[in-house]
Amino acid sequence: MAVVTYRQALHDTLQAELRRDENVLLIGEEIGVFEGSYKITAGLLDEFGPRRVRDTPISEEGFAGAAVGAAMLGLRPIVEIMTINFSLLAIDQIVNHAAKMHAMFGGQVRVPMVIRTPGGGGQQLAATHSQNLEVYYAHVPGLKVVAPATPADAKGLLTAAIRDDDPVLVLENLALYNTKGEVPDGEHTVPIGTAAVIRSGSDVTVVAYSRGSLVALEAARRLEADGISVEVVDLRSLRPLDRQTVCASVRKTTRAVVFEDDWLSYGIGAEIAATIAEGAFDRLDAPVRRVAAAEVPLPYAKPLERAALPDATALVRVIHETLDASGFTAHPAASTVG
Amino acid sequence: MDAIQERTASRPSAASAGEDAQLLRDYYRQMTLIRSFELRAAEMYTRAKIGGYCHLNLGEEATVVGLMAALRPTDYLFTTYRDHGYALARGADPGRVMAELFGRATGLSGGRGGSMHLFDAGLRMLGGYAIVGGQMPPATGAALAIAHRGGPGPDSEAVMCLLGDGTTNIGAFHESLNLAAVWHLPIAYIIVNNHLGMGTSVEAASGEPALYRRGSAYRIPGARVDGNDVIAVRDAAQAALDQARSEHRPRLLEAVSYRLRGHSVVDPAQYRSAQETQRLRAQDPLPAFRAYLIDHHILEPDTAVRIDEEAERAVTAAVDFADASPPPDTETLFDHVYATEVANTYRGLPGDTPIGPAVHAGSGGGE
Repeated sequence: MAVVTYRQALHDTLQAELRRDENVLLIGEEIGVFEGSYKITAGLLDEFGPRRVRDTPISEEGFAGAAVGAAMLGLRPIVEIMTINFSLLAIDQIVNHAAKMHAMFGGQVRVPMVIRTPGGGGQQLAATHSQNLEVYYAHVPGLKVVAPATPADAKGLLTAAIRDDDPVLVLENLALYNTKGEVPDGEHTVPIGTAAVIRSGSDVTVVAYSRGSLVALEAARRLEADGISVEVVDLRSLRPLDRQTVCASVRKTTRAVVFEDDWLSYGIGAEIAATIAEGAFDRLDAPVRRVAAAEVPLPYAKPLERAALPDATALVRVIHETLDASGFTAHPAASTVG
Repeated sequence: MDAIQERTASRPSAASAGEDAQLLRDYYRQMTLIRSFELRAAEMYTRAKIGGYCHLNLGEEATVVGLMAALRPTDYLFTTYRDHGYALARGADPGRVMAELFGRATGLSGGRGGSMHLFDAGLRMLGGYAIVGGQMPPATGAALAIAHRGGPGPDSEAVMCLLGDGTTNIGAFHESLNLAAVWHLPIAYIIVNNHLGMGTSVEAASGEPALYRRGSAYRIPGARVDGNDVIAVRDAAQAALDQARSEHRPRLLEAVSYRLRGHSVVDPAQYRSAQETQRLRAQDPLPAFRAYLIDHHILEPDTAVRIDEEAERAVTAAVDFADASPPPDTETLFDHVYATEVANTYRGLPGDTPIGPAVHAGSGGGE
């Protein structure tokens, strides 16, 4: 196990898969000479050359769709879309084409492609560059959507995505690139479609993904001092969604709060809350709560931006409210558990 | 309107003088098969055997057959949603094409795609596409895969990407042409200009209505050919493909064609005057080619009748096959949604719940 950044884990995974499989190639804006807007692809052009690390013009629809066609002929393209905001320029190719072809053509063709793209706000990039649009893609049958929170899962899920024969969107996050964590050496894949309990607890379940999972861990640490035991479920995969793991956790803790970086209405949290209503209603001691972004085009000014984005403080408050709603009393003696 | 568009042009080009007679008869056979198939498809649509939208190649048979004759079996084809004729001329079984239109299990895609999405992997016909311009980036990507694997040369594979006149105004057209130009891709983009995007004329929709010139911003050579001349279409398409494969550079070709009927079966085409309709009928490529072949003793009249009858019989057999074929079993509803199985894929029908009864079994508290 080495401790590396999320960025490094992504880079090393791309490098390993490019070395492993001649059919793997990278396509995207500024990924070669410029080494990537966020430097994920640094050095890869030098090692693999322009045939396998292909810089593109600013043509998201064109190059995302070109990846679809290349995948139809058996290549395994990995597309970098500079941020998820720009994926809207390519959404026709992703939703109307990549997601449809295997089914619509009766299984005659496969589209083994990966789209890597970061979401996330908080960088003072204002309304058009700070969105969390993963639900647009998580809604669509035919796509798979994964959202790793840790460097280890970044490696494991990206590897699984590259080797999968379906179009997979790998959601990264600007705030995660510099985070560090242990990453298993050698071969490491994480099965798409499986969530993980990343902290065990007994009083309340926080369901989160991507950056939100780190926020949930932070909230859990703060609450531990108050004698509150928080279990954290990291979804890791948004489509397919591991409902069993979510519901098993909530059935144990009897309370649930969803933390999500997207907007509240129709967001990931709405799906999780419905899932809990379907799978754990009879065990709930309090209504499911959601902590999500304020529903505004994200402003540039720092105080406004900060006010709009969900954080650990808001999560801690909502966990307290959820516990209070069910007459919960903390037990300081139990605070070391978990 | 320029000279080419004004030509009545219902005769094959002079080049046919040196053509193999058997080949010409075969083109006539294919054009006749498409005509019969499409007329029957229209009939089957009005009898509700075919659902959804249904766009016909009626009037475009010379373009369809000429383009398909230019392709090698190893080349790849991407088409628009007006795709029946291309599938037939590429060699797809008429019964399986009709069965796809009927939504039957024996259709090209098992009834999952229908009229607008014909696909035959074995023939390298990689789809009809019903989002206008949606085929252009994937076709460009197929050419990228070819270039990724090998260099240019006479034996290189190539891609033919068909598009309608209206597609030249969509962003994907321009992004694709630019990518093909800067990446040096072996692809021929073929604009089938039938003058109308639904009811909107090329002149009303395009700042540069000479569509073959629209690659000039990307330094892609363009050419225009009379789409009613099957030989001219074939030769122009072959030249475009050969240049694309030997240089790994894109080419643009505009085939000026006409559709005899509305945009789809249900469109009465009232935006056309009676005079215009009459003019189009007068330059219908099928009777013109038939007359030309007979006049030049390439086709005996009784042979022509026999070919016409055979086409009718083949289409009748296709309808019978489709009609006798079973619809897809609803048990197969979730087949092919994903190619790689992963955990927790939800396969519920309307009214099902993804995680309910199983977890709730014996509800009352216990797990």
